[in-house]
Amino acid sequence: MPEAIASIVEMVLIAVVYLAIFAVAGLYLVLLERRVAAWFQLRLGPNRVGYQGLLQTMADALKLVSKELTVTIKADKFLYNLAPYFVIVTALMALSLFPFSKEFQAFDINIGIFFLTSISSIGVIGILLAGWSSNNKFSLIGAMRSGVQTISYELSVGLSLLTMVVMTGSLQLSQIVEVQKSGWLIVQGHIPAMIAFCIFMIAGTAETNRAPFDLVEAESELGAGFHTEYSGMKFAYFFLAEFINMFIIAAIATTVFFGAYLSPFGITESIPLLGVFWFLAKTLVLVFLMMWFRWTFPRLRIDQLLVLEWKYLLPLNLMNLVLMALMVLLGLTIKF
Amino acid sequence: MGIQINKMDTTITNNFKSEEYFINMGPQHPATHGVLRLLLTIDGEIIKKVEPDLGYIHRSIEKMCERDSYQQIVHLTDRMDYLSSHINNEAVCLTVENALQLEIPDRVKVIRTIIDELTRIASHTLWWGVMGMDVGALTTYFYGFRDREMINDIFEETCGARLTMNYNIPGGLMYDIHPNFVKRTKEFIAHFKTKLPEYDTLLSGNIIFQKRMKGIGILSKEDAISFGASGPVGRGSGYSCDVRKHHPYSAFDKVTFNEVLKTEGDTFARYQVRILEMWESLSIIEQLIDNIPDGEYKVATNAVIKLPEGEYYEKVETARGELGVYIISTGTKNPYRMKFRSPGFSNLSLLNHIAVGGKIGDLVATMATLDLVIPDIDR
Repeated sequence: MPEAIASIVEMVLIAVVYLAIFAVAGLYLVLLERRVAAWFQLRLGPNRVGYQGLLQTMADALKLVSKELTVTIKADKFLYNLAPYFVIVTALMALSLFPFSKEFQAFDINIGIFFLTSISSIGVIGILLAGWSSNNKFSLIGAMRSGVQTISYELSVGLSLLTMVVMTGSLQLSQIVEVQKSGWLIVQGHIPAMIAFCIFMIAGTAETNRAPFDLVEAESELGAGFHTEYSGMKFAYFFLAEFINMFIIAAIATTVFFGAYLSPFGITESIPLLGVFWFLAKTLVLVFLMMWFRWTFPRLRIDQLLVLEWKYLLPLNLMNLVLMALMVLLGLTIKF
Repeated sequence: MGIQINKMDTTITNNFKSEEYFINMGPQHPATHGVLRLLLTIDGEIIKKVEPDLGYIHRSIEKMCERDSYQQIVHLTDRMDYLSSHINNEAVCLTVENALQLEIPDRVKVIRTIIDELTRIASHTLWWGVMGMDVGALTTYFYGFRDREMINDIFEETCGARLTMNYNIPGGLMYDIHPNFVKRTKEFIAHFKTKLPEYDTLLSGNIIFQKRMKGIGILSKEDAISFGASGPVGRGSGYSCDVRKHHPYSAFDKVTFNEVLKTEGDTFARYQVRILEMWESLSIIEQLIDNIPDGEYKVATNAVIKLPEGEYYEKVETARGELGVYIISTGTKNPYRMKFRSPGFSNLSLLNHIAVGGKIGDLVATMATLDLVIPDIDR
C-alpha cells in the first residue's frame, strides 16, 4: 500500500474510533448529568432502563433518531440544516488533541492550545446560524445572546490558558504534559495558576452555554432559545455537542492544570495504560464541578454576564498574566 | 382565533419604530405558569411595553355562581386560586355566615385558621420553588415541593383532598379534623423550621440571585395603592394591607403575629416578604395547634340556604392578597349577582408599570414575584 493511502486509511480509522467512543461517551455524560441532577434534587433519576438506567440514554438516542425532522416553513432551509453540523463537528474535532495517555493521543500538533481555542470559537457559528435561520424571534434572541457571550468569554478562556503557557513555554499538549512531570501546573504556578484555573472554569462554563450562563437557552425566558425549532436528530446534535463541549472544557483543564494522564505523585507511572484512568478520573471530577454549578446557581442576566467578563474577569486575567510572567522570570515557581 | 391574533399583530406592527419588535410570550410559555399571554414590545432585550392578554382559561365562575346554591358555590371557588383553595372556600363561607348572622363555634374558627396558614405555607413553598426555576436555579423546585408534600398529606388525611380541599361549608366544616392532624402538623412545623433556613442558603443568599433581584421591578407605595396591589406585592412596597391584621376574621384576632413589611418595593423585597411570611405562618400555627377548643365542628343550617335580601361583602387574605366576595341577594336560594375581587388581577395590572425598561430576564423575575395564578385572574 502506498504511504499516502496508508496514512489516510489510518486517519479514517482513528476518526471512526473516536466518533464511536465519544458519541457513546456523550450519551453517558447525559445520563451522568441526569443522575447527578436527581441527586441534587431529591429525586432518583432514570434507573429503570437497564441496570441503574445505563441503557436510558441509548433508548433516548434511538427515539431521537427515529423522530421526524420538522422544518418551519419560513426557515432558511440550507442554513437551518447546516447549523447542527457546525456545532457537533467542531466539538468532535477538538477531542482529537487530548493526551489521554502517553501513547493515546490522536493528533499532537505544535499549536495545540491555539487549535483548541480556535476550534471552540467555530462552534458558535453553528448556534448563530441555528438561531438566525429558524426564523423565530425567541431563537434569534438566543442566538444574539450566544454571539455576545461566546465572543466575550473566548478572551478569558484564551488568556487564562495563555497564563499557563507562560510557564510551559509550549503550545503543544504533549510538551505541556512533559513539563508537569515535575509537578502539576496548578502546583507549580500556585497563586496565579489557581486564579487562572478559577477564571478558566467560569469562562469555560460560559463557553459551553451551561447554567449559570445558559442565557442562550434560558428555558424560562426563551423557551428553548436557539434550538427551539429543531427536532429529532438535529436537536440531538446540539444536545450532544453541549455535553461533549463540557467534557472538552474539563479535559483542557485537566491537561493544562492537573497533569493530564500523570498520576498524583507519580504513584502508578510504571503501569502503562493507567494514564487513561487518571485522565478520565480528573476530567470527570471537573465535569461534576460544572454540573454542580448548573444545579445550584441561578442564571445571570445578559448585562451582568457582560459586566462580569469585561469589568472583572478580563482585567483580572491581564494582571494575572503579568504576575505569572514576573513569577516565571524571577523563578518563583515550585518544582519537585 | 387565528384570524383574530393576526389582526392584533398587524395593528401593533404598524405603530412600531423600526428598531422595536413584537414578541408573543405565551399562552404557551414556561414563565407564564399557565395560559397567560403577554404581548411584548421589545427593543433588543429591553422591554418597551407589556400587554397582558387574558381569557384563555375563563370559565364564567361568577356566572355559574348565580345558578348554584350557596353550598355549591363554595366548591367552585376551589378552582379560582387553586393554591389557596381553602382560603377561597372560607371567604364564601364567611360571607354567607355573616349574612345569616350565624354564630360559628370557636373550634371551627381555630381549625380554619390553622388550615389557612398551612395553605399559605404550601402556596409560598410552591411559589419559592417556581421562583427559583424562573431565574434559572432548577433545584429549588424540588425543595419547595418536598415541603409542600407534607402539608398536602396533612390535608389529604383531614379533608380527603390534596389541592381542592372542599373542607369548608357554610356553618362550619365538612368533617371534624383527623385524629392525626395535630401530631402531623407539629411534625411539619419541626421539619419546616429546619428547612426554611435552607431556602435562604440555597437561593436568597446567592449573590447571583440577589444581583438579579435587587433594584428591578420597583413599585412605589403610591403606585401599589393606586393599582390596588395587595398581599405580598403591596407589603413589599410598604403598603400595610394585610386583611388578617386590619379586618381579622376566624381566629386571627386571637393570635399575635407581625405583618411583614418591606419598603424597597423591588422584586427582592417581595421575595423576602413571602419568605418571612412563612415564618409568621409557622408562629400562628404554633400558637393555635395546642389550643384547639372542644365543641361542635359545624352549626346546622337549613338544607336550602336563602340569604336575606341585600348586599354582602367579605374579604380574606389569600396567599396572593386580598380576596373579596361580593354577593347581591334577592332572598332566593341563589345569589342574584356574585363578584370576586381577585388579588391576582390587580397585581397583574401593574406588570406593565414595573417591567418596562427592564430586560427579558427581569420581566420573568418580576412576574415570578407577583406570584400569578392564572385561573384566579380569569375565573
